[in-house]
Amino acid sequence: MNSLELRASKAQTGARGASSRLVERLGVHNISLLVALAILVVIFGSLRADVFFSSRNLLNIGLGITILGVLAMSQTVVIVAGGLDIAVGATVGLTTVSTAMAIQATGSPSAGIVAGLVLGGLAGLVNGIIITYGRVNAVIATLGTMAIFRGIAFIMSDGQSIAIFSDTFRFIGIGRILGLPLLIWILVLTAIVFHLFLARSIVGRNIYALGGNPVVARFSGININRYRVGIYIMSGVAAGLAGILLAARTGSGQPVSGSQGLELEAITAAVLGGCALQGGKGTIVGALLGVAIIGVLNNGMILTSVPTFYQLLAKGSLLILAVVIAEYHLNRT
Amino acid sequence: MTQPEFFSLDKVSKRFGVVQALDSVSIAFRPGEVLALVGENGAGKSTMMRILEGVFGPDGGTVRHGSTPIVFGEPRDSHRAGIRVIHQEPEIVPNLTVAENIFVGELPRLAGVLLDWRKLEEQTDRVLATFGMQQDMRPRQLCSTLGPAQRQMIEIMRAIRAGGRLIAFDEPTSSLTDDEARRLFSVIRRLREEGTSIVYISHRLNEIIDLADRIVVLRDGRLVDDSPAAGASEQTIAKLMVGRDIADLFTRETWRAGQLLLDVAGLSTDRVSDVSLRVRRGEVLGIAGLVGAGRSELAKAIVGYDRRLAGTIAMNGVSVLANSPHAAIVAGIGFAPEDRKHEALLLFRSILDNAALCVPDKTSSFGFFNRRKALEIVSPLAAKMSIKAPNLDEQVSKLSGGNQQKVVLARWLARQPMLLILDEPTRGIDIGAKAEIYRLIDELAASGIGIILISSEMPELIGLADRVLVMAGGRITAELSRPDIDEATILKHAMPQSAPALGDHIQ
Repeated sequence: MNSLELRASKAQTGARGASSRLVERLGVHNISLLVALAILVVIFGSLRADVFFSSRNLLNIGLGITILGVLAMSQTVVIVAGGLDIAVGATVGLTTVSTAMAIQATGSPSAGIVAGLVLGGLAGLVNGIIITYGRVNAVIATLGTMAIFRGIAFIMSDGQSIAIFSDTFRFIGIGRILGLPLLIWILVLTAIVFHLFLARSIVGRNIYALGGNPVVARFSGININRYRVGIYIMSGVAAGLAGILLAARTGSGQPVSGSQGLELEAITAAVLGGCALQGGKGTIVGALLGVAIIGVLNNGMILTSVPTFYQLLAKGSLLILAVVIAEYHLNRT
Repeated sequence: MTQPEFFSLDKVSKRFGVVQALDSVSIAFRPGEVLALVGENGAGKSTMMRILEGVFGPDGGTVRHGSTPIVFGEPRDSHRAGIRVIHQEPEIVPNLTVAENIFVGELPRLAGVLLDWRKLEEQTDRVLATFGMQQDMRPRQLCSTLGPAQRQMIEIMRAIRAGGRLIAFDEPTSSLTDDEARRLFSVIRRLREEGTSIVYISHRLNEIIDLADRIVVLRDGRLVDDSPAAGASEQTIAKLMVGRDIADLFTRETWRAGQLLLDVAGLSTDRVSDVSLRVRRGEVLGIAGLVGAGRSELAKAIVGYDRRLAGTIAMNGVSVLANSPHAAIVAGIGFAPEDRKHEALLLFRSILDNAALCVPDKTSSFGFFNRRKALEIVSPLAAKMSIKAPNLDEQVSKLSGGNQQKVVLARWLARQPMLLILDEPTRGIDIGAKAEIYRLIDELAASGIGIILISSEMPELIGLADRVLVMAGGRITAELSRPDIDEATILKHAMPQSAPALGDHIQ
């Protein structure tokens, strides 16, 4: 093999079949996720054929996964960088409260949005500083801040649900554009942004380098401390966005309800989507497929009247199963 | 030939995808014999070791003990049969003691559950005494405090203790100093006298001629020669390995002095003290020293990876103030670290990604990676260095050591640095690729780039460097210029002052 063949590689790819090119683009992992998704659809579709495929139910699934979708994508970026953020659920709770309070105080939906994004970013900044400069393990650091953020949300709201009366703001959560809920448009838009950022931008590629091997990243001139803090800020802002969406959908700010357990689902979706917890590996497309699997599973369990307590068992098992599969693949290569 | 054969390979073949890693290779290992296994990277040496070790089985042929065929399901089976492979990177547990590491799996017990420390210490003392290692380590010492040579000795002692009858060494001296290597050789000779069968893999042909009784040469998975070591020379072996003559392995044009490029004054970090050095354009400055002398640490100090405690660094008269690799890169300094796998390469990314890592500005449009631009920069470099791979999207983990090193070099050439620091650039690389890297160093120097070459291979320093700085204990102990650069002078200055009496204290 010589340099001539290096240049010829493009021509070779072109000569191959369209199907194998599709496999290559999607990746083996994503295809197995699609298969898993199809199996779930077949199972729940046959169990509740009457409602599962109705457009209303499919929209429900879509609506159900928007908030999780945003969090799974930001969690993917964090995990690819070699970190973990288990405070996201608490951050979402905190930002719904701050958004609701800001709207209550000013009557302005923009103030609410700004409050949610800024508070989310601040929460991420705190995480980033503790992890990067305090040299605290990411799991422990965000486990601590998870309790702190929940506490702050309770203190701010006095444990009460804070109602939002702005119709403009509620439009984000319940409005439709071109027949599709606005929430779904927002998910699609953030997905495109996240994908381009992680897969194509130089910063995104450096994040893969950082997670894959921080020593190499540093020798290559990447300021790894700044990257790490920045990534947690991004995760906080994404949690802020998710909080805004949740508040707009429920019409209220609540410290716990609606945001509890989101970190579990977000991490599960990211790992299902192919993230290696060691860092350096994972994609936005994979995370979205992971989200879809969780969405269908949640929806299907409700339709087939699986008791809530058992749903929790299923979600926990899914996370562990996903990690076991990921580790198995990692050790085989 | 009169000795009884014990382990042998009979027409063993192994194929990985399109690559025929081993092609019907037959070798008989004999007790009390040192068999040297040589070949370029990818010749099939590692594959053979993995088969002996039971990591995977052969596609064809058999491994025999005497006349009985044996099948190893997993490494434990081959250990039980008495086969041990000592790897380049010793597999020891850093947070356990020397004694525990040597006796792992067979720790003496008290009352069935407790560790019998006294007995363990006695046993360890005995083992250390047989190997003459009492000066080097204590039974209760944590292995994390040991250097690479001592770690390797632990693995050897463990293998012998566990009853190894065939011990294979995979490039054992690549992380050892000359003195440590000499001690390893005397251990190997002693094992041979005791009837152990030794397989010795190395790229260092002088060692092999010195040590081996028999030399087996592999090329492209085939056995091309199996003959007694007596009468073999480096040239004949090298010729057999590559299938052609390599007369011009070490060539370097004379140096034309250029302007002052790098000026380091009084540089100190936690691991180097008060280092001052200068590099001119077009100059190759060699850094010699034993392992642990602080050579790599000096490189890490210059590129700002380690925290600078004192001193100044200037490039082209401009001071490099910030203490970060980023600042060094911006100042025009490139660094190819010794540990390619852990410090230089993103193993699971492609050649293209790795080579483009340090030139984000030249491979992007509006902050987004631009594959076409990256190819325009990397393809000519890959061609120039003849990187062997199906295409530039190949994962670097799948490349041979020599090609991996070329990818690292391509990364820096893409950056067009003014100064390039190469730390052991030819470690674990086959002769053909070595010669290419030497040629490249010469070319780069001729084009006006300053080069700092850190190397443990004396011929490399003597052949390539215009000047050599010798380090010991984190300090520079001597500066040698051509024609005073020779092995004896370098060694004289490389020995730490406080070192105990050296020599073979194993009889």
